[in-house]
Amino acid sequence: MQRLITFFTCLFFLTVPVMSAKAQPVSNEPAPNGEATTNGAASELSAPKQELPALVEELKGKSTTKKIETIRAIAATKSMRAGPILEAYLNGKLFKKKTDGTIVIIQKDGQGLLLSDPYSGKSLGTSPKNKYKKIRVNNRLRGVIRSVLGSLQLRHPDRLKRLTAAAAMFKSHNPKSIPFLRSALKAETDEDVKKRMREALAAAQLSGTNAQAQMLAIKVLENRGDKPALTLLQSATRQGASAEVKERAETAVRRIEKTLAYWEIGQTIFYGLSLGSVLLLAAIGLDITFGVMGVINMAHGEMIMIGAYTTFVVQEVIRTTAPALFDISLLIALPLAFMIAGSIGVAMERGIIRFLYGRPLETLLATWGISLVLQQAVRSIFGPTNQEVGNPSWMSGSFELGQLVITNNRLWIMLFALAVLFALMAVLKYTSFGLRMRAVTQNRSMAGSMGIRTGWVDALTFGLGSGVAGIAGVALSQIDNVSPNLGQAYIVDSFMVVVFGGVGNLWGTLVGAVTLGVFNKFLEPAVGAVLGKILVLVLIILFIQKRPRGLFAQKGRTVEQ
Amino acid sequence: MELAHGSILYLDGVTVSFDGFRALNELSFIVEPGEMRAIIGPNGAGKTTMMDVITGKTTPDHGEIYFNGEIDLTKLDEAAIAQLGIGRKFQKPTVFESQSVFDNLELALKDDRRVLPVLFSSLSQKQNERIDELLDTIRLTAQRHELAANLSHGQKQWLEIGMLLAQEPKLLLVDEPAAGMTDAETAETAILLKEIAKTKAVVVVEHDMVFVRDLDVKVSVLHEGSILAEGNMDEVSNDERVIEVYLGR
Amino acid sequence: MRNSFLIKTLDKNSVLFLTILAIIAVLVPVANLVVPPESPFHLSTYWVVLLGKYLCYALLALAVDLVWGFAGILTLGHGAFFALGGYAMGMYLMRQIGARGVYGNPDLPDFMVFLNWSELPWFWRGFDMFPFAMLMVLFVPGLLAFAFGWFAFRSRVTGVYLSIITQALTYALMLAFFRNNMGFGGNNGLTDFKDILGFNLQSDATRSGLFVATVIALMLAFILSRAIIKSRFGKVLIGVRDAESRTRFLGYRVENYKLFVWTVSAMIAGVAGALYVPQVGIINPSEFAPANSIETVIWVAVGGRGTLIGPVIGAVLVNFAKTWFTGVLPEVWLFALGALFIFTTIFLPKGILGLLAKKNKKPKPAKPSDKPQPQPAE
Repeated sequence: MQRLITFFTCLFFLTVPVMSAKAQPVSNEPAPNGEATTNGAASELSAPKQELPALVEELKGKSTTKKIETIRAIAATKSMRAGPILEAYLNGKLFKKKTDGTIVIIQKDGQGLLLSDPYSGKSLGTSPKNKYKKIRVNNRLRGVIRSVLGSLQLRHPDRLKRLTAAAAMFKSHNPKSIPFLRSALKAETDEDVKKRMREALAAAQLSGTNAQAQMLAIKVLENRGDKPALTLLQSATRQGASAEVKERAETAVRRIEKTLAYWEIGQTIFYGLSLGSVLLLAAIGLDITFGVMGVINMAHGEMIMIGAYTTFVVQEVIRTTAPALFDISLLIALPLAFMIAGSIGVAMERGIIRFLYGRPLETLLATWGISLVLQQAVRSIFGPTNQEVGNPSWMSGSFELGQLVITNNRLWIMLFALAVLFALMAVLKYTSFGLRMRAVTQNRSMAGSMGIRTGWVDALTFGLGSGVAGIAGVALSQIDNVSPNLGQAYIVDSFMVVVFGGVGNLWGTLVGAVTLGVFNKFLEPAVGAVLGKILVLVLIILFIQKRPRGLFAQKGRTVEQ
Repeated sequence: MELAHGSILYLDGVTVSFDGFRALNELSFIVEPGEMRAIIGPNGAGKTTMMDVITGKTTPDHGEIYFNGEIDLTKLDEAAIAQLGIGRKFQKPTVFESQSVFDNLELALKDDRRVLPVLFSSLSQKQNERIDELLDTIRLTAQRHELAANLSHGQKQWLEIGMLLAQEPKLLLVDEPAAGMTDAETAETAILLKEIAKTKAVVVVEHDMVFVRDLDVKVSVLHEGSILAEGNMDEVSNDERVIEVYLGR
Repeated sequence: MRNSFLIKTLDKNSVLFLTILAIIAVLVPVANLVVPPESPFHLSTYWVVLLGKYLCYALLALAVDLVWGFAGILTLGHGAFFALGGYAMGMYLMRQIGARGVYGNPDLPDFMVFLNWSELPWFWRGFDMFPFAMLMVLFVPGLLAFAFGWFAFRSRVTGVYLSIITQALTYALMLAFFRNNMGFGGNNGLTDFKDILGFNLQSDATRSGLFVATVIALMLAFILSRAIIKSRFGKVLIGVRDAESRTRFLGYRVENYKLFVWTVSAMIAGVAGALYVPQVGIINPSEFAPANSIETVIWVAVGGRGTLIGPVIGAVLVNFAKTWFTGVLPEVWLFALGALFIFTTIFLPKGILGLLAKKNKKPKPAKPSDKPQPQPAE
């Protein structure tokens, strides 16, 4: 029960960017060699300890037992270079020159070999092949190097490196690393790191044979409660030291499985909300034009596309003139996209659509024509290929919230969609333009006779709807391919949202978008993405049969034909 | 149900609401066979909704509607009710504008309405004569091949009435037949309706008091979705509640 | 009696139209097969195929006009019925390949062998028989249209709502047919056909034969449509288009009328697709693309909605323009098409035929009015 509450609390806070759990998803692969040597070289290099070269020379020997000692000794030097050297050795990149036995680290680079000095990390230029011989490493040595490397990293001054090391040791859960973890834990001061180390220790202990330690470890892992912990505990149910341990592990497994199931639902809901926010952004503008004028603007998707291209142009200009402004490129693009798409909307209404009032089907065809022209125009100017639109730093990356992985761009788009929705509601409710617009929606001829210039209200409404589509395009440029076809994908979807929610009702659009988004994401794992989409379409078609005016239909005789 | 027996149209406790607004509120009245009834009422009194409920366009929230004393209209759709013999004339004349006057009448002619019979049907001699007769009644013989769109407003009203007659209904519902007509046309329409009422029951909804007086029939006053008063024109026009409703409070 | 039926059905223009079609049906094969290649009157096979393709489109446009022009149902999904008819024909042609495929499997088409399928799916059974396949050409689009229409018209979905769900219908089908495990060749569709009824599809004679078959199908579909439109059924249909609730209050079950004409129209579209596939040699899911269906609507609008002859002219003209543009100025084509949509809806609401009729000062009955449709009063 408590877990349920926790889960829902987490959901509730979804909308607040809680950044406390900063742990990046950890890479368990050893860092690529070249990176370690070149990046670390300049800053971390202090005078190499005297004994390091001598010890490394010993690696040329034959006896594995001896080498194990040597490896431990290298680690014990606490030299900054010990790590890179051992890593190179682990990956078979430590070589000796055939002629004089000089030890080098070799990176393969296409045809040639890139040499670097093991003690300084400095590059030694390139060399043809077959002048060097690999220093042999075997599986036993590899195991030793791995645990030694891990413990080396556990004492690394860089907090992130320590976290990574703890995570790596958690993954390897080797009982042999227990002493390293213990001593590292004692020295550790950072709470986050401590926690990770305790978990790594627990993982190692669980793989050991001490029943008592295992019981404690199970508790720690149960608290961690994620998939890797689950895997460890599952193996403990089979290989625990005593029957008691096995039983305890089973209880823990059941609990974690239960919690994880909830988290998974939570993750699906997040994806669903994310899709819903995209649908919402795409549909809001359509709801306005369709709600007020009863015409489907088939060029609506192209307004989104134009918004996305505006973002592209803004970013291009910024790249060439003021790269520092890149992070606020979206903020610059927003008003521009609104203006550009909005003015195209007004021009469309004044130039074409107003001649077609009372003929919704013809309007549909004419706006389709406009969409073809706009698409081809963009294709002629920018070319038919996808354009690269970058994510500003605050839009990229992700963070974990409990067991949820939340990507920043999707989170921002959710917030943005809600902001647009509420801003629009405010405009409709509190401004005089909104009042006029609602008047025209409800009774056109009456509004006209009250002195409202219905023609201009129509034009501005159309402009507003198009402008909103434009800013939706700015947001969607962050997650979708920016190409001339961008808009086409959205027209059917947005219409479905509007129809599902009820025409001319922004709350309905919100509910419709979120419902469809979440429903879609729950359907996807069960039947696959394509079939899921088809099913949703079919269900909406059936739904329209049942309630032709949508979820939040306006009842009454004014809407009847 | 027993009360409905012997009547042509029977409404009891019919209620319809839209979003909480009660368009019809426990509406009850009875029309006898062959009777002509005028229904008057201010705007928003529920006249159109009443027509919708009788013709099956709107289903009432509750209440009973019986036709001919035995057929429950609330269970039927528009087409079925029309086929039973209830004709409806809209407030704004609604005819098939892009077809000729003759075709309009042909479509309205009482006949099998199912798809395949209609597909293979052709006009019999008798039906042709019937159309000629109707054209004469509605004074449109000269315009028989004219497109309905080219008729004057009054002519369209008549054409629509002619179409209703072609249906050979037992009950006619007529919504504001005099709206938008000249005085001469109004008078002629009154004569036409009275002629029709000789053989059929007619319910006329009307604003125009002069016209209603011309009809000289029993009048029901509709107000806020229910019947306020009933009687002949003189009785209801002297009713205090009616005066209050019409002249404001 | 029979005579009076024909007279009622076919007016002077219809007879002229049918005569022209008949002349084309004779002239084109003669110019291709009999006239020697060096003669200036020789028609190359390329043109025979192209004209055949145009006439398939014309047949599709006729089907769209039947529902849009006369019943007021703007369909943005007729491409679905066209494609389904095409797939039914494609399946027959696929089975005709037999063991001549790349993998040489006598029963399974190549793509099934490629997907490691061991036996023919049940829905492919019987397609090796031409009469069965032809039945399916009518039945499958007809059944889909019937099921769809039964739901849609019964719940009185009209106007733009109906248009968009027809679009969603064809969109959903497109997604479905893109899937490999649907059993229709996925992305690549059905192709590499060899022969039809034993005639080699690559031979000029077969191509001319298919062309003639297309013209005949078009003539028959035209006569059928005329017969429907000129009957009292047709008048009811026009009534539905112009004043749906008036029709209802006259006692007609509007949904049944729509359903009937909708299903007939879908079958005509299916036939068009079936004739199209052997001529172009391929059918794939892109035929379901919503854009195709909308393009069909513009052919109808350009030629003249509600005239039956107009859409045929519109389809041929627009597609000829498309061939020409995509050959000479490919970038301009979409501009031109877009402009055509806008221009036609605003300036040419009755299409080319409407313009001609106006010039001749002959008021034509049974045309959609370009004024706002009369709304029944409340």
